[in-house]
Amino acid sequence: MNVPAIELENVTKAYDPGKPPAVRAVSLSVAQGEVLALVGGSGSGKTTTLKMINRLIEPTSGSIRVMGDEVTTVDPVLLRRSIGYAFQGVGLFPHLTVGTNVAVTPHLLGWEADRIRARVDELLTLVDLPPEIYRDRLPAELSGGQRQRVGFARALAAEPRAILMDEPFGALDPITRDALQTEFRDLQRKLSLSVVIVTHDMTEAVLLADRIAVMHEGVLRQLGTPHELLTAPADDYVAQLIETPRRHSDFIESLMHTDSSGAGERS
Amino acid sequence: MSPRLQLLFEQLPNLLGGHLSLAVPAIFVGVLISVPLGILCVKSAAVRGPVMTVISLVQTVPSIALLAIMVAVLGGTIGYRPAFIALLVYSILPIVRNTIVGLDGVDPAMKEAARAVGMRPAQQLLKVELPLAFPVILAGIRTATVWVVGIATLSTPVGAPSLGNYIFSGLQLRDWQRVLFGCVATMTLSLVLDQLIALIETSLQKRRMAVVWAATAGLATLLFVGLAPQLFRSTANGFAGMATGKSRTSSATPGAVDKLPPLANQHIRIGAKGFTEQLILTELIADRVRAAGGMPKRLGNMGSTIVFDALAKNTVDVYVDYTGTLWSTVLKEPEPIGRAAMRVAVAGRLYDDYGIVALGSLGFENTYALVVQADQASSRGLRTIADLTPLAGQLRIGGDPEFFGRPEWERVRSLYGLSGIQQVGMDSTFMYQAVADGQVDVAAGFSTDGRIDAFNLAVLDDPEEAFPPYDAVLLLSPEAAENRPLVAALRPLVNRFSVAEMRAANRSVDEDGTTPREAAQLLWSGNPVAE
Repeated sequence: MNVPAIELENVTKAYDPGKPPAVRAVSLSVAQGEVLALVGGSGSGKTTTLKMINRLIEPTSGSIRVMGDEVTTVDPVLLRRSIGYAFQGVGLFPHLTVGTNVAVTPHLLGWEADRIRARVDELLTLVDLPPEIYRDRLPAELSGGQRQRVGFARALAAEPRAILMDEPFGALDPITRDALQTEFRDLQRKLSLSVVIVTHDMTEAVLLADRIAVMHEGVLRQLGTPHELLTAPADDYVAQLIETPRRHSDFIESLMHTDSSGAGERS
Repeated sequence: MSPRLQLLFEQLPNLLGGHLSLAVPAIFVGVLISVPLGILCVKSAAVRGPVMTVISLVQTVPSIALLAIMVAVLGGTIGYRPAFIALLVYSILPIVRNTIVGLDGVDPAMKEAARAVGMRPAQQLLKVELPLAFPVILAGIRTATVWVVGIATLSTPVGAPSLGNYIFSGLQLRDWQRVLFGCVATMTLSLVLDQLIALIETSLQKRRMAVVWAATAGLATLLFVGLAPQLFRSTANGFAGMATGKSRTSSATPGAVDKLPPLANQHIRIGAKGFTEQLILTELIADRVRAAGGMPKRLGNMGSTIVFDALAKNTVDVYVDYTGTLWSTVLKEPEPIGRAAMRVAVAGRLYDDYGIVALGSLGFENTYALVVQADQASSRGLRTIADLTPLAGQLRIGGDPEFFGRPEWERVRSLYGLSGIQQVGMDSTFMYQAVADGQVDVAAGFSTDGRIDAFNLAVLDDPEEAFPPYDAVLLLSPEAAENRPLVAALRPLVNRFSVAEMRAANRSVDEDGTTPREAAQLLWSGNPVAE
């Protein structure tokens, strides 16, 4: 049996001893090649949980393993280089070209120049940005969707063991978001990537994730496949969250069966 | 081009070189110190508070005072070093402040991104934070550049040549063309440096590396041009204000004197305070040095105590001071004594306390003098100050407000019974004119001032010696005093000039636009009255 890509065991983060912890005794695991979505409102602890995986935030207690290695026993800088990270708002360095942005982690790892260049071109091609056109441009010269693709390419560049994504589609218009979500899903399956994605959007989670972890006030409320969440929500909060995509789909379904004369009654 | 303008341009390479050699290295070293200091402030709150407090405080010290303080801090050393350090200090605040503002302003998301891709703290700083803060830091460097180039003009009074020489001498000579020339030259230099830096910034943003390198090469050239004279001088001659205490008297051995021009290849540094007479005397000394084969180096417009301290430290070789001034400011004597006695006492004490040698009086006195219209003097029979006594109740005297507060004036009033006279405070520039126009009856002027003749005024004698004597004496530094060829070259100046001759020379510069150099030549030839 394969070791899980990421494993959290009783992980707690308390910023202030006087207040309730931001993350409380969370345990979960992400299999290799699996996409796990961390879903919850603001203050739910989902982003804190994500950032503890590559030690941008240090856990207060509990154990975190990446490909079986306990993260607290390795140099956090080397840990981060081995895990891809895609940011909310993309996080490309504005003073560096697209190519240099993608090459950042391989460069830090000391890859040879030829290997880096080949890897950059390979990844830009993969995310549908022809390298000869885009490699030497600055991020400011790209559209929002193109920047997000560069962000993916950068997260993938150093052949990471896992990828963490923090609201990666948050700032995109709906059409671009849909296109990129589809591309991401295809890419993830093709490369068999292990991914943890943080989102507040349950619809996005249902579309992208193999399993969904619902967090609320620092506590993991339910962990299951979209089907399990839809059919057997563990509590009212989960039921309420999963209700949104269900209502959307029901509504769209109803539109399919309504003739045009009935359209006026809806509003 | 007019001859006067041509003269100004002739001085330009030397003064511009002096200016560059101060300003450009000061900014360069300022950047090397300030950027790391700014980084340290951002990374450590414990450092930030004290550092910002200290550099902000230092910045509030008036620039001219800071320069003078640096002279004192360096134990009286004048010239390049105090000026350089003061300018360096001034360059620090804007650069440190902008480094802090720039680094503080980096988007926290960028800092987190730098961590998340696996950069170590130093890599985060060098690869992300500093490049993103760069435009703000550069703006600070540009501010510092404009400040430093402007303030460098103030290094003239501490004996470092700069474009300020035009401004200071222009103010003394009331030569506005000269002042304007100095201002325009300074402003042009400021703009050129500022625009070169701006060009680097914009080209970097547009990633035109050829332009970046060209502009950098331009700056580097200016840095080199600025530094070259310092490097060259310190190796070729071993002094120029940088190194003190080196013997320059080696060629003064008897054998050498016979074979060579007596001062061959020696730089002689001539100090001067900032008024017309001192400019003329500088040229007079310079001509003697040149005639003996030496190379005069003029350090003009220096503060009174600065030039004396510099002489004592052997960083100035020769200058002219006045016995009454030395008596009160250097020897700290409260009560004046007779003219000849003071000359002897001053010479003895300067030698005993400082090793300074007073070669002798130039022959004239530049003392306070009460002056009246020459016509009035003859029609009312006014010859001495005592003749004013019976008229005191109806007279008005014009003078510098400072003069009326001085002990000399107290002595004059009590010795001659002038307590009833009405005092009218005014700037010394206007008081001669005021007497000539009859706005006041008497002015408290200076005995060698050229305007006494120009406005047809007469000096009243001081038989009670109420004013302290102010004999002009030629002073040599302890080392220069052992330079026998120099002493021989300067000795002909002793007791050579009358007060009338000096006054005429001052007048020709102040009123007729003669250059100090020409005036000095006329004075030496014994025919200073150019009319």
